[in-house]
This record gives sequence, structure tokens and C-alpha cells, in this order.
Amino acid sequence: MDAPVRSWGGYPRVRQEVLPLSRRDAALPAGNGTLLAHGNGRSYGDVCLNAGGTLLHTRGLDRFIAFDPDAGVLRCEAGVLLGEILDLIVPHGWFLPVLPGTQFVTVGGAIANDVHGKNHHRVGSFGHHVLRLELLRSDGQRLECSAHEHSALFAATVGGLGLTGLVTWAELRLQRVPSPWLQAETLPFRGLEEFLALSAASAASHDHTVAWIDCTARGAAPGLFFRANALPATRAEPRRRRWSVSFTPPLSLVNRPGVRLFNALYRAVHAQRRAPRLCHYRPYFFPLDAVTHWNRIYGPRGFLQHQCVIPTDVAPQALAEILQRVARDGGGSFLAVLKQFGDQSAPGLLSFARPGITLALDFPLHGATTLRLLDTLDRVVADAGGAVYPAKDARMAGADFRRFFPAWESMHAHIDPRFSSSFWRRVTEDA
Amino acid sequence: MKRVLIVGATSAIAEATARLFAARSDALFLVARDAARLTQIADDLRVRGAVRVECASLDVCDFERHVAVLDQAERALGGIDTVLIAHGTLSDQAACQASVAALRHEFEVNAVATLALLTHLANRFEAQRHGTIAVISSVAGDRGRASNYVYGSAKAAVTAFLSGLRQRLWRSGVHVVTIKPGFVDTPMTRHFRKNALWSSPARVAAGIVRASDRGSSVAYVPAFWRGIMAVIRAIPEAIFRRLRL
Repeated sequence: MDAPVRSWGGYPRVRQEVLPLSRRDAALPAGNGTLLAHGNGRSYGDVCLNAGGTLLHTRGLDRFIAFDPDAGVLRCEAGVLLGEILDLIVPHGWFLPVLPGTQFVTVGGAIANDVHGKNHHRVGSFGHHVLRLELLRSDGQRLECSAHEHSALFAATVGGLGLTGLVTWAELRLQRVPSPWLQAETLPFRGLEEFLALSAASAASHDHTVAWIDCTARGAAPGLFFRANALPATRAEPRRRRWSVSFTPPLSLVNRPGVRLFNALYRAVHAQRRAPRLCHYRPYFFPLDAVTHWNRIYGPRGFLQHQCVIPTDVAPQALAEILQRVARDGGGSFLAVLKQFGDQSAPGLLSFARPGITLALDFPLHGATTLRLLDTLDRVVADAGGAVYPAKDARMAGADFRRFFPAWESMHAHIDPRFSSSFWRRVTEDA
Repeated sequence: MKRVLIVGATSAIAEATARLFAARSDALFLVARDAARLTQIADDLRVRGAVRVECASLDVCDFERHVAVLDQAERALGGIDTVLIAHGTLSDQAACQASVAALRHEFEVNAVATLALLTHLANRFEAQRHGTIAVISSVAGDRGRASNYVYGSAKAAVTAFLSGLRQRLWRSGVHVVTIKPGFVDTPMTRHFRKNALWSSPARVAAGIVRASDRGSSVAYVPAFWRGIMAVIRAIPEAIFRRLRL
């Protein structure tokens, strides 16, 4: 069926054939043009789109294959959601070592984008915990890939944006947790230097660290530093509250006064809860998942996220410049999130997470002005020797991508000739 | 722990329902044509918590084997508390209008095979004097429509049969539950354009489990289909015959 498919940011909107997959032992369907696996559509831009080609919808590949509750190893099909895994394993005392900001991503998507979490400084990215996976290639071969077998293809598939073929299943290493609860602490700070000091001080003592800053403020931005550790606790699980944005408003609800108000309220609410408190993992790791379709608040034109990473030594200046440009532009960002990555070597050729400070900003899409602002941010990132995250991107220039990911040329040896994406064509066609 | 037999276990609705049974540690016996697919589903259900899962491969049109497979299920589970019959094909209406062979095949799969299985099961459940027999019929069986009256009339036969069976087995303490799903987004309906009336197999599965637990008689899933079908049934033939549905 030919259908417009939205990625999470709602931009770009392109048409392609969509073919649902429902069994892992089936051959790849014929499809029109090139193929690309598409999981739950939580990538923000066009890494999960394939204009004029075919999307292989993988949510029908949602079976578990084997779970060893003694060793903490889980094998499942690629369309299983991380949240579905948690529902299964948490009662057995296990946890996923790496969780992104939403539980509604598939295992295949987490691998293809080599996602990271608030504990990157401790455990690295998702790909570090993939023991093996099966790759179905368009020539019909099924290759079991791991760090030991077909290791080059494995490194190209982790963070490989779905270009190396269809991941049918993966085997994941799990992490022991004492309970579903965390001891969470919130520390206010002002300015990037204070953030860096807190981050350095907490790296050894806390598993999970992340910060929020109010980028509507001028001067040294006020922020909140969140850190947490798992701890043993027995309490009834909190009720799963779900609100929903049930329709797309005709205009973005995210505007300048709204962003200011939100940021002020956010700061006020969290300033009340400074003392360490017990927090269930679900609201802690996935606060936005409580609001189904929250992306709709940005209206029909959608939004763009800009997530970059800057090497730590030049981060204060570069991030200050980015925040200044955003503040000068006046829009501000609904949520601005900071995190210091650890210095493990990345598991994938195109992995995004690397040593440095990452900053994520959301912008309602106001046409060319927004795109121009983001281009100027890319200049700052490039000059500082950083990188922009493909999973969040819908617009970076090809030349910038190739600079951020110098290994991109080695991908060619591993890309399946029938696989492609809107993103990949956009960033490599002018090379 | 319940001992559950599922016929047509590879259908999307049956698989979603089996996951709910597995999550509460039931024991399952799965029957379907495709053995490789059954194995994959069985592995999944074991991980999800089913205390045991066994499978048998059967083409429901192979009437000679019905008794043997039911015996095998009873032996494997040590008795059966709940049955879900979920096999079926979405008939190609145009093909059935052109060919009596196609028409007969659709009735064979969607009606006669179901009634045959129910005949064996009814006698066993009547003797054991407990249990629940849930069968997936369809809202399509409530009134024939030009677009799919072959499928609809086969399901109407199932619905009427179940109504009678329910009266008969009620005296023996056996519940017969008629499940009438509306539009469900499954591989069987892949080629349809979807709108707000469509629901997911998981939602239908939750409705099936609820109806089976309660021992409901007729369950529309989701429930709003009861209202829709009441309206559809109330339209006089003089008007209905002019409609395109």
C-alpha cells in the first residue's frame, strides 16, 4: 500500500510503499525500488523513511525467542518494543542496560541508531550489549553477526541506519537490577561550567546522569542536574497514567511565551523536589511516554530536533555559542537536554555517541528560518569537531554528515545493494 | 492455571489471545496448518510465561484427523478447560461468485470445519461438565452484504450453531461464547484501507479473554460493534438492498 508515513518529527512527509512483515523466516518481499526496515517510527527525521521506495514494517516481528533468566540473555525478533522487553524481564530482576528517552522503540531501531541513555558514561550505547543478530540480505543470505562472526558487518549494522539489510532477530545481554526503583536526586546549577563540574563529580557515584537547561534565559543559563542509582525497594508499582494528544492542532502550541512559561514552571516544580526521592523506572526514564502523541503539539508542520555532541575540552565555548544563537533567534527550545558521554570506543562504524557533551534541542518547524538557524548550529558543531545525530536529523548538509562521520565511506562495502533510505541518499548523493 | 486449546493458533487474533493466556501461566495446546510458524509462536509463549506449550499441525479441512488431534491435545494437557476456535480465511467474494468450487471451499473452512470440531468438543465438554468454548464468528455473519456475503453466510451458520449449542451445554455447566470481532488490522486484512473502526489484534484479544472469563454469550469486540450491527440489522430490506456496503 502506498502511504504517507510520518516519522516522529513529522518532517519530511514522503510517500512510499509500506509492506508489513509478520514472520522472521520469510524471504524479503519484492517491494518497489529500494527497501528499508521501519520499526515504530520514533526516529525524528528521515532515517526511517524511504521516499519512492518500500518500507518493511517490522512491528509484526514481535516474538520473543528465548529468555534465560539465570544468565540474563534475551533473544527476540527485531520488532519487539523495548517497553515490551521491560514488562517481561523486570519481574525477573533484569533490566535493559541501555534505554533511550522512550520505551516505544523497537530492538531493530535501537540497533540501527545505536541509541544511548542516561548511563552512557557507565555502559556505553545499545550496540555494546547486542551479543549477536541475524541479518537477512537481499541475496537471500541469513548471516549471524556478532563481535566475533562477520564482525565487520556487525560493526556496520550497529548504528548502520538499517542500510545493511533486515535485522530479523537479536540477542541482548541484560543487566541485573535490585528493583524497578531508583533513588533520584535533582541539583540546580547555573551555566555550563557548573554543569561540567556536577557531571564530573557524579560520573563515578551515579549510574544515570542528565541535565536540563532553560535556554530561554540569557547569560548563564539556569539548569537542573538529575542523577540516580538503582536501589532495592519494594513498593507497589505506580499506576500507568496515559494522557493523549488526540488530534493535531492546526497551529503549533509551542511558541515563545509557551516555551518561557513551560521552562519557568519546570524549574519551579523540580526546585521543590530537591531531596533524594524514590522514583519508578518508567516515569524516570520515559517521562514523555506518559503523553501519547506528544509530538502533535507542534501542529501539522511538525518539529525538528537538533542533537549534537561536542568534545569536552571545547564544549563550554561551543555550547555557549549554540545556546546564544538559539536565544537570539528568540524561539528557545521546549526542552534542552545535556549529558556527558563516557569515553568507551563506539561499537558501530556510524555510532553517534562519542566522548564529549551532547545537547538536544527541539524546534517547531517554521520553514526556512528554522532550517537556517539549524544550519548555523551545524557550523558551530563542525568547527568544534563535534557531530550531529542522524536519528534526530531531517536536514543536515551532506558535507557536514560526511565530516561528522568520516567512516561513512567504509559503509559502502557493507550496505545491501537493495537497501537505502531518504536520509542516506540526502547525505551521500552530493559526495 | 487453565488448560487451553487453540485451533487456528497462527492467526493474528489467536496469537494475541494466546499471549494473554501465557502471561497468566496457562498451559497451551496450539493447532494450525503451518508447523514452522507454530514453533515460533510456541517459543514466544513459553518466554511470556506459559507453563507448557505443545503444538500439532492440522489442516482443519482434514476432517479424518480431527479426533486424533483433539485426543492428542487432551493427553498433552491432561484435559481441556478452555477452547478457542480461531481459524478462518477471508473469502474472495468475486472468486466465490464465479466458482462453486471456491464457494464450497470457503464454507468448508469457515463453517463446516468449525462445526465439525465443535461437534466433537461439545460431546467431550458435555461429559466433563465444565469449561468454556469460545469461537470467533464475525459481525459479517449478522447480515449478508454484497461485498462479502459468502464469508458472512458461513459465519452466520457458525453464529446460529453456537446459539443452539449454548442452550444445549448450559445445562451441563459449559459456557459457549460467540466472539464477533469487527474490523481487525491483521495480515488477513492487509489490503484494506484502515479507518477509526479498525482495531488491533491485541484489543480484540483482550475482549476475547474478558468474554471467556465472564462466560458471556455473545461478545462484540470492540463492544461498540454491538450498536453498529443493531443499526445495520434494523434497516428494512427495501432500503438495505439499495445500499452499497
